[in-house]
Amino acid sequence: MNRIWLFLPLVLAVTLGVVLYWGLGEDPSELDSALVGREVPSFELPMLREAESPARPEMLKGKVQLLNVWATWCAACRVEHPHLNRLAEQGVPIVGLNYKDERDKAVEWLAERGDPYTQVIYDPEGSLGFDLGVYGAPETYLIDAKGIVRHRHVGVVDQDVWESDFEPLYERYRQDG
Amino acid sequence: MNVTVKTVEAVLLLLAVMLLAMPAAAQERFEDPQLRERFSELTRELRCPKCQNESIAESGAPISEDMRERVRRMMREGATDEEIRQAMVDRFGSFVSYRPEFAPRTWALWIGPFVALVIGVGVVLALVARNRARRQLDSTPLSDEERRRAEQWLRDE
Repeated sequence: MNRIWLFLPLVLAVTLGVVLYWGLGEDPSELDSALVGREVPSFELPMLREAESPARPEMLKGKVQLLNVWATWCAACRVEHPHLNRLAEQGVPIVGLNYKDERDKAVEWLAERGDPYTQVIYDPEGSLGFDLGVYGAPETYLIDAKGIVRHRHVGVVDQDVWESDFEPLYERYRQDG
Repeated sequence: MNVTVKTVEAVLLLLAVMLLAMPAAAQERFEDPQLRERFSELTRELRCPKCQNESIAESGAPISEDMRERVRRMMREGATDEEIRQAMVDRFGSFVSYRPEFAPRTWALWIGPFVALVIGVGVVLALVARNRARRQLDSTPLSDEERRRAEQWLRDE
């Protein structure tokens, strides 16, 4: 028998070690979205500010934009808000999804902190949130011009996250569309 | 007198707190014991996406409450267990199922142990076969020529 085979267990152990060590670095709370590559689910919800006018699923088509899930009860959304304001100033269109919130509080929040959203969908029961697989706010989706989800981020989108995760995709899909 | 009133108040307060602390899953149960059993089994197989290591049956997170509510609704609408599980996986990803599906990305998970078993059995059989061959070789008597050479070597030592 060839002596080189004696090293096989060592090689296997090292390989396993490397794979497991690499797994340690992963953030277990970051789940891959089941929705990436699929269209945003359909919904029947009102707008936040214009209570009578329905929000239309078509508003998530036609251009590359962000869909940001937020609520006034969500502490991290406070941290995220200035970043969204800045992105909006830079001309990034952001649609808001006000998630399991109260209308008055949400409107007040936008008046106080500035409004980065082109439009805000009002989802008090979290029904669209559920179909999107939202399990906490804030969450942000990159949606291409055809209304297909291209990226999802759970947690605050700050400058770093925007530059590393969103901006390259945002530019790419804008060129495609 | 005053003391008794206080005691009663304290007991009532304690009861109220205990009611609040009851597991969320106990709310709005199915009347039919069979349905209740099915609901409990289903919710134990679905994992809370927020709390990671709790099933939605145990978890008090709002998202788990929403998921339980959806399971209840789909059961009332006559959905099969598979449809309910699939509806959750479609939204929250295969992460939420405590029973991973059999797909290319989980092949290693499902087949890996059997592959390891086959390799292990193979190694054991090979070792046994080699050992037997060696023992056979040991027990073969030396030929006259071999005996002569062995004696020669021993003398040269």
